[in-house]
Amino acid sequence: MNKNSNAYTFIFAIIIVTVIAGLLAFTATSLKDLQDTNVKAEKMQNILGTVGVTDVSRDDAQAAFDQYIKKQLALTNKGTVDEKTNAFNINLKNEVKKPEDEQRYPLYIAEKDGKTFYVVPLYGAGLWDAIWGYVALGEDENTIVGANFDHKGETPGLGAEITTDWFQAQFEGKKILDESNNFVSVTAVKGGAKPGDEHGVDAISGGTITSNGVSNMIEERLAHYLPYFKNN
Amino acid sequence: MAEEKEPLFSKQNRSLLTDPLDDNNPISVQVLGICSALAITVQLKPAVVMSLAVLFVVIASNVIVSLIRNLIPGRIRIIVQLLIVASLVILVDQILKAYAYDVSKELSVFVGLIITNCIVMGRLEAFALANGPWKSFLDGVGNGAGYALILVIVAVFRELLGSGKLFGIEILGHKAKTIADSTGLYALGYENNGFMLLSPMALITVGIIIWVQRSKNRKLIETH
Repeated sequence: MNKNSNAYTFIFAIIIVTVIAGLLAFTATSLKDLQDTNVKAEKMQNILGTVGVTDVSRDDAQAAFDQYIKKQLALTNKGTVDEKTNAFNINLKNEVKKPEDEQRYPLYIAEKDGKTFYVVPLYGAGLWDAIWGYVALGEDENTIVGANFDHKGETPGLGAEITTDWFQAQFEGKKILDESNNFVSVTAVKGGAKPGDEHGVDAISGGTITSNGVSNMIEERLAHYLPYFKNN
Repeated sequence: MAEEKEPLFSKQNRSLLTDPLDDNNPISVQVLGICSALAITVQLKPAVVMSLAVLFVVIASNVIVSLIRNLIPGRIRIIVQLLIVASLVILVDQILKAYAYDVSKELSVFVGLIITNCIVMGRLEAFALANGPWKSFLDGVGNGAGYALILVIVAVFRELLGSGKLFGIEILGHKAKTIADSTGLYALGYENNGFMLLSPMALITVGIIIWVQRSKNRKLIETH
C-alpha cells in the first residue's frame, strides 16, 4: 500500500485516534473513583483546617470529619434548613449561577473542645478565574476563627498569595458585625489595614483584584447566612 | 539482519545511555526543557516526580513511535508524535491525580506542559523515527535520566539553600522565631537565602552547572 496516499493517511489517522481515545477513556473512567475520593478528602481537610484541626492526613480525613463536624445543613436564602439537600454535595460553582432564592447555602457546624464553630464555604471570582475557600465563625457567630482560600489560576507570587498562611492567619479574630450588630464583613484593605481594625486585613501588594475578589466573596456569601444566624 | 545480532549492551548502545548524562545532556548541552527546570525545582520532591514523569513519557513515546515508525505516514508524522506524547501525558496526569494527589496539585500545569518539553519531541524526531525499539528505549532512558540529573542537582541546591531542607526534612537545623530557640546553623544566626526560591536562581544554577561541566569536559566548549 502506498504510504503517501491520502487514503492511507486518513485511515492511519482514524485508527490511531480511535485506539488512543479508547485507551484514555478507559483510564479516566477506571481512576475516577480514586480521584473523587482524593478531592472529597481534601475538601474535608480544608473544612477541618478552618476550625484548627490541621494535622489530619488525607486517609484520616473522613474519620476526623465525622468526629468534629456535628451537622451539615443546606440553608435557604431565608435562613431555614432544607432537609432534602445533602450539604456536602452542593457544588457552589453551579449553585451561584441560580437565582438567590433557589440557591442552597451549605453550613457545617463543628464542635471542638466543647465550643461550636460555623464553617461557611465561599466561592467567588479572582482576577483570572474562580477563587474559593472556607471561613469559620466562632460561637458568637461574629468572630472569625479561621479561613482558608484556594484559587484556580491567580498569578503566582501575587494573587496566588491568598493561599499562604500569613494572608489567611490575618482573618483570625476579625469580626463580621459592627458594634450595633450590622453586617460589615471583613475587607482586604489596599495599603494595609489600620492597627486595631476589626473588619480589615492587609491586601496583597500587586494582587489588588484578587484581594478585592476575596473581600467580595466573603461579603456576598456570608450575607446569605445572616437570616439563619439571627434565628439561631 | 546484521543489526539484530548486535549484543543488547554493545558499546554503541551503552553510549546511548551515557551520552545524554554528560556529553549530550538535554539541558546543559542541548539547552532543551529549561522551562520546567526553572519552574519545579524549588523543592526536591516535585523535581523527582517531574523527572520520573518525563522519564516515563520520553521512554514510552520513544518506544511506541519506534514500533510504528514504518507505518506512520510522513506527512502527518509530527501530529502523530504529538498525539502519542499528549496521550501519555494525560495518562501520567490521571495516575498522579489518583495515586499522588498532593504532588499532582504541586506540579499542576507543569505535567501538562511535558507535552511542550522539547526533549520529548526532539528525541522522537531525531532518534525514534529512525531506530529500532530497543535502541529507542535506551535513548529514552538516557535522555530522561540526563534531564532528571540536572533537575535533581538544581533542586538540591535550591531547597537546601532556599529553605534549609531536603525532601522537606530540616537539614540545617530548625529555624524558630528567635535565634535562641533555633538549632543547628540557625542558632549561629544563619538565614535562608530566599532568592534561591525564585526562578532566576534556577537559571543561574543551571548556568553554573553548564560552566562546571564545560570546564571539566573541554570538548563541549564551542571554538568559534
